[in-house]
Parts: sequence; C-alpha cells; structure tokens
Amino acid sequence: MIPAMPGQAAELVFDEATKRYEGREGAAVERLSLTVAAGEICVLVGPSGGGKTTALRLVNRLIELTSGDIRIDGTSVREQNLVQLRRGIGYVIQQVGLFPHMTIEANIGTVPRLYGRPRSWIHTRSQELLELVGLDQSYAKRYPAQLSGGERQRVGLARALAGNPPLMLMDEPFGAIDPIVRARLQDEFLRLQKEVRKTVVFVTHDIDEAIKIGDRIAILRTGGHLAQFDTPRAILEKPADDFVAAFVGADRALKALALHTLAELELGPPADGPKCLRTMTVRDALALLLQKHANVLAVTDESGTVVGSITRDALLS
Amino acid sequence: MIVAGGPVIPNFGSGSSCEVNNGWFCTDWVRQHWSDTLQPALLQHVELAAIAIGVGFVIAFALALVGFRFRLVDPPIGIVSDFLYTIPSLALFQILVPFTGISLLTVEIALVSYTLLILYRNMIEGLRAVPEDVVDAARGSGFTRAQTFRRVELPLALPAILTGLRVATVSTISIATIAPFVIAKGLGQPIYAALSQDIFKTEIFTAGGMVIALALVADGLLVLLQRRLTPWVRA
Repeated sequence: MIPAMPGQAAELVFDEATKRYEGREGAAVERLSLTVAAGEICVLVGPSGGGKTTALRLVNRLIELTSGDIRIDGTSVREQNLVQLRRGIGYVIQQVGLFPHMTIEANIGTVPRLYGRPRSWIHTRSQELLELVGLDQSYAKRYPAQLSGGERQRVGLARALAGNPPLMLMDEPFGAIDPIVRARLQDEFLRLQKEVRKTVVFVTHDIDEAIKIGDRIAILRTGGHLAQFDTPRAILEKPADDFVAAFVGADRALKALALHTLAELELGPPADGPKCLRTMTVRDALALLLQKHANVLAVTDESGTVVGSITRDALLS
Repeated sequence: MIVAGGPVIPNFGSGSSCEVNNGWFCTDWVRQHWSDTLQPALLQHVELAAIAIGVGFVIAFALALVGFRFRLVDPPIGIVSDFLYTIPSLALFQILVPFTGISLLTVEIALVSYTLLILYRNMIEGLRAVPEDVVDAARGSGFTRAQTFRRVELPLALPAILTGLRVATVSTISIATIAPFVIAKGLGQPIYAALSQDIFKTEIFTAGGMVIALALVADGLLVLLQRRLTPWVRA
C-alpha cells in the first residue's frame, strides 16, 4: 500500500522551545513561544547569533530541543517518527542542496519516491511543479550543474513542495541570489503561496525581505530571545523596543510606505500628471514623483482609465 | 629465491635466422608461441589481477564504510594500508611463504595489500567530499541514514572511487609480473624466461608490451564504465 502524503496547511506552535549547547554560555534559542497560523508565512529575522536557523531546524529535528515543545497541528515533533516528520515538511536551504547526480525530475521526485510513488506519477508531478515554479518542462532531464543559481532555487522550492507538505521551512532561500533575480523570486514565491497556501517558516537576515514576504514577523535578538512578533506594519509603526527600532532601521517610516497602496488613500479628482496604477505602493509613488519632479500623480485603474489623483502633500501626510 | 621456470626456452640452435641471431623482434617466434606461451600467460595475468582487484575492492570498501562512519578508526586503517603499501613485494613473499606456501594465495595477498591504500584513500576522500548542504537536504527531506548513504553519499563518491579503481588496476597489472617469483603464472613468466636466456629480446618485448597493452585496455574499459555510471560529471 502506498502511504498517503500529507496535504493542506498545518498550525505550528513553538511552546517555550529552548536549545542549549553543552559547554556554551547562554541558549541558542531561549523559551521561544509563538504560534504560526495555518497558511501563514512567518518570517524569523534578526542579527546573526539570534538563533533563527536553530529555531527552524528544531522543527524538523535536524537539531533536537533541549526543553519546551514544538507542535504541528497539535502533535509534538518529539512524538513523531523522525523520518516521517521530515517527509511531511518541505525544506528549502540557502545552498539549495540539490542532488548533483540526479536529474531535475529526480530531484523534484525525492520525497514522492520516499513515499513509494511510481515513476510515471513522479514524472507527471514534476512536470506540474516545474510549471508552478516557472521553469520549462525541458529542464526535467538536465542536471543541477546546468542551471543558474536562481533556477536551482526554483527547483529547490519545487522539490520541497513535491510531497505536498502542510508546512514549509525555508532557510534564507534567496540569500545567495543576486538582487534582481531575488526580487523576482520573492514575487513569484508570494504568487505561488497564494495558490498553495502552505504554512511557511522563512528565515532571513534581511529586514526588507521580511517585510515583503511575511504575514507576520518574529524578530529574534542575540541569545534566541523573541523581541517582537507581529505584522510587518505593526513592527514598522510600533517597534516594541529600541532593539527592534534599531534593527528595522531609521528609515522604517519609509519602509512602512511600501506596505500601503494608493488604492487605500483618499484620491483627489482626476488631474494631469505622470500616470501610475492604483495598486502601486505609496513608496513607489513617492519615488515616481521625485523622479519626475512632479507635484501630482494621475492614478489609473487596471484598464488605464484615470480614476483620481494624488498630490505630493497627500502622499506625505 | 624460487624462480619458476617457463615452459619455453627458445632454442638458439634452431628456428629462424632472426631467432638464432636474437634479433630485436621476431614475428615468427611470436606466431609460433602465441598459443602455447603468450596467450595462456595473458589469461593467467588477467586472472591474477582480477582476483587481486576484486578482493582488494571488497576489503577496501568494507574498511571505508567503517572509516567513514567512525572517524576515529580512519587514521589507524590509513596507517596500516600505508605500511602494507611500502613493503617491497619480494620481501613480502619471503615473509608469507612460510605461512601460505608456494601458492596463488601468497601472490594474491601481496597484490591485494598494494591495492588497499589507493582504493581505501579514494573511497574515504570521495565520501568526505560530498557537500554538506546536499547531505543536509537529504536528511531534511526524510532520508534515513542508510538511504542518505546509498542514494546520495555513495553515488557522489563514485567518481573518486572509480578513479582509485583505475589507478589500482593499472598498478596491479604491472605489479603482477612478479608472480613467477612464487608461482608459474602470468606475463611475468615469459619475461623471466627470456631474462634467463641471455635476454631473448623478442620474448621480453612481446610479454612486456602485452602487460602495457593489458593495462591500457583495462584503464580504457574503466573510463567507459566511469562515464556510464557518472553521467552528471560531464553535464
């Protein structure tokens, strides 16, 4: 009998999760408690030494808890068979870790193969996933060495999704990719997440990436203490303390502008000026104004019809 | 020292003028003695080398499994195989004969001990060179330890293992020519027979050339095997 593969999204609970290494002062992760709702992207962010990666690896038990607990849909990771637990969790790492000796199709089919799925099933599944991550079907027969860094990370993502896991762990997945490709991968990841709706724990050291990707952000400070756990907007607008304020940066007010779109603002009557879509972020609109030396922008809907205007003063208020 | 005599000692008094004058290369002698001397010696040589490489590979692989899994035992295994490699073969024969007699076993023990170092080292280095992120991804995807070894570490070590096998094969084919110091087998036999005959040039060149050719052919076959088994290396 072929065992069923998991599906849907799971709720993930860190309950006083603690990791200490023997002979080392202080904890790597200290009594971390937070709940990631099913289908939500939780970004763990913080300076190096903040225990982000450790916290992530506690979930699939590549690192074992010292005390406390982590539960996936109510079941403690401690109580689950190690191999079964990991097969049910998508795992994406910065260095991707594709198997160099396997074709892209075989790489993507890793977990289904562990579940005993037949070759034909894996072939179909990998074609689906290649399409999902935006790669041509012709990639199936290639080897990882023949792909660019960005393409490899797409395959890494496809491999993690292949077993349809309810939970994904992503450890700086776009960290080694150049900024332009990284931005595109982030956008595509968000689009993909709208389709697959997994519970995602995403580690990064880049606060901008955290703001862009996260439904909620957990900021960890040195020693694995949770400094703040909230939505990107709340973290930018109401940092819990000086550490968080410093970590998000002095330009946090500007960053917050990126979280609002023009559609959320009260628009003036249609006027002449450089055109912009109403889905544009306030930050980008401001940048456009500055670049065009304009005082007013004409806001259009998706069809290009001008629906209103926004002035420099209104944007800044 | 025991030197097993070859069956063919060219008779300088008869045969072609080339043979009588001990010319550089007498094709008629080769033609005459192919089936009674050269071909049997070649087949024996292949057998000597194949046994040594096969047994050596199995032993080295078992040792590599242990040395890879338990890092502490790697240095002692390395030192022993280093040591075996440095013993001169003739000395090793002298040591072994009292225990294993004038037998194939004596020759094979010597030949096997020379393959161990090369095979073991390449296996260990190949396994150690597997990138950490790849192993991390395998474990994170839910491979058991055995699956990680069989499906990831071992295949990725294959290029290094096969390289070791090539070196061991070529050197074993060459070293196997000393077998006639113990038993009358292999291409060493016509070589020694020729040496004892005031150096019969044709036989030396032919048998020596056959050793070289055999080594080259074996190496070539292993290169083909390597390409077949590790297609990703050239991707």
